[in-house]
Amino acid sequence: MNRKVYADNAATTPVDKRVVEAMLPYFTENWGNPSSLYSVGNKAKAALDDARARIAAIIGAEPNEIFFTSCGTESDNWAIKGTARANAAKGKHIVTSSYEHHAVMHTMRALKKEGFEITYVRPGNDGIVSPEAVREAIREDTVLVTVMMANNEIGTVNPIKEIAEVAHEMKIPFFTDAVQAVGHIPVDVKELGVDMLSFSGHKFNAPKGIGALYIKKGTRINVFLDGGGQERSRRGGTENLPYIIGMAKALEIAVDKFKDNQRVLAMRNRLAEGIKNIPYSHINGSLTQRLPGNINAAFEFVEGESLLLLLDAAGIYASTGSACSSTSLEPSHVLLSIGLPVEIAHGSLRFSLSHDNTEEDVDYILEVLPKIVERLRMMSPLYDAAERK
Amino acid sequence: MYSEKVMDHFTNPRNVGELENADAIGEVGNATCGDIMRIYLKIDNNIITDVSFKTFGCGAAIATSSMATELIKGKSIEEALELTNKAVVEALDGLPPQKVHCSVLAEEAVKKAIANYYDKMGIEHDILKGCDGCCDHCHHNHGTEE
Repeated sequence: MNRKVYADNAATTPVDKRVVEAMLPYFTENWGNPSSLYSVGNKAKAALDDARARIAAIIGAEPNEIFFTSCGTESDNWAIKGTARANAAKGKHIVTSSYEHHAVMHTMRALKKEGFEITYVRPGNDGIVSPEAVREAIREDTVLVTVMMANNEIGTVNPIKEIAEVAHEMKIPFFTDAVQAVGHIPVDVKELGVDMLSFSGHKFNAPKGIGALYIKKGTRINVFLDGGGQERSRRGGTENLPYIIGMAKALEIAVDKFKDNQRVLAMRNRLAEGIKNIPYSHINGSLTQRLPGNINAAFEFVEGESLLLLLDAAGIYASTGSACSSTSLEPSHVLLSIGLPVEIAHGSLRFSLSHDNTEEDVDYILEVLPKIVERLRMMSPLYDAAERK
Repeated sequence: MYSEKVMDHFTNPRNVGELENADAIGEVGNATCGDIMRIYLKIDNNIITDVSFKTFGCGAAIATSSMATELIKGKSIEEALELTNKAVVEALDGLPPQKVHCSVLAEEAVKKAIANYYDKMGIEHDILKGCDGCCDHCHHNHGTEE
């Protein structure tokens, strides 16, 4: 029993060897500062421009609309605080959803302290935010609308194009946190019609510590880091060239793998079917409008951290929305947002598969998981009460 | 995150299950908070001759239940009443701060089972502190803060 199944790709991914190879020369050979005017700097600048153009082309942006950051969280912070503060004279109201990533939720909390009012639109029980619900939340003084493209826990994919249209009808800028989407499903900023879009390298086999923000030309947004003239004077700090090169390479590889998404989807659906066969289990969120690799399920009468620990002991790595896996007492705000009762949300698990997973991995999860659920249920005082009913 | 002892008691819990013809049962916690602990006692001549538990909860909740049952097995009722959450934590070689409440739950479950026994016997008592094991409702410091 030495099988290891990594099924937590929504948390992070290993760096692809081809990405490492592409990065290496930029540590020891082509190590110049892109801002230097001599030849070593020029070479670095050329590589930086090339990486920016390649990334821009993949997501349908212009190169000068791509701004490199240190991570998805920084991109989210910049997009939201930068737009809110730049437009504060017009109004101090923001519309977002109630199941955003903490990088967005806690940024909203910070803006609230600055006097902004936030309306949190709830997704439906299928985990999808409706454009109509967003429309109803918009007010005269709304200065930003932001809804995530794909949810990090349940993987549901929102109708971003339609939501962006709703915002634009009212002449309000629209930002989407696409950290879970970019590199996993096709994303084209022009087609989506968004003003800003964030993504992060380590979700698609680039290293941790590199992200980007797409900012459509003409968008009113404050400078995030004052400094040298990097990133068109909007985000100071010497560019992290090796990581930028790595992210460009990783995104190209990721996009090339889209042709294999049907295989990931088929594995995910088989996993979902197997999970449905476990009594008292629930699949959370729509299975059709969803990232190919994501499945989120709740198992009644057991608690998520216990499930996680026993899966870990069996070599399976997953994630949970249980409160007990964190320092807070509340279970996942995402699962509560889609209407899951608190006691059931405690027993949730997320598996996020990638192209690296195999059918054998799915077989193994489906062999181990029902036994673990049953083993914990045998210990659970809630289970015998339910069985006696 | 967890000590080897916690992992041992979580993966191989002692005294797990229901006790038939238990003399007393104590249950604390609730599903909303994410943990419920139920302790069964067999009491003979003031001695806890057998004990078992059923727990819904995280790894620490299961491990503290298991350890608490081990610590009171064969003890007198008075000795069992002296069981503290701290003793459970120490016997497990420590718990992460956010998991200390699980040990409180174990202590309270034992006390509630004994209270149930006293009630059945018609013995007056003042055992229960009123902790339902849900930290949202309780602001006691059980050693989570120095």
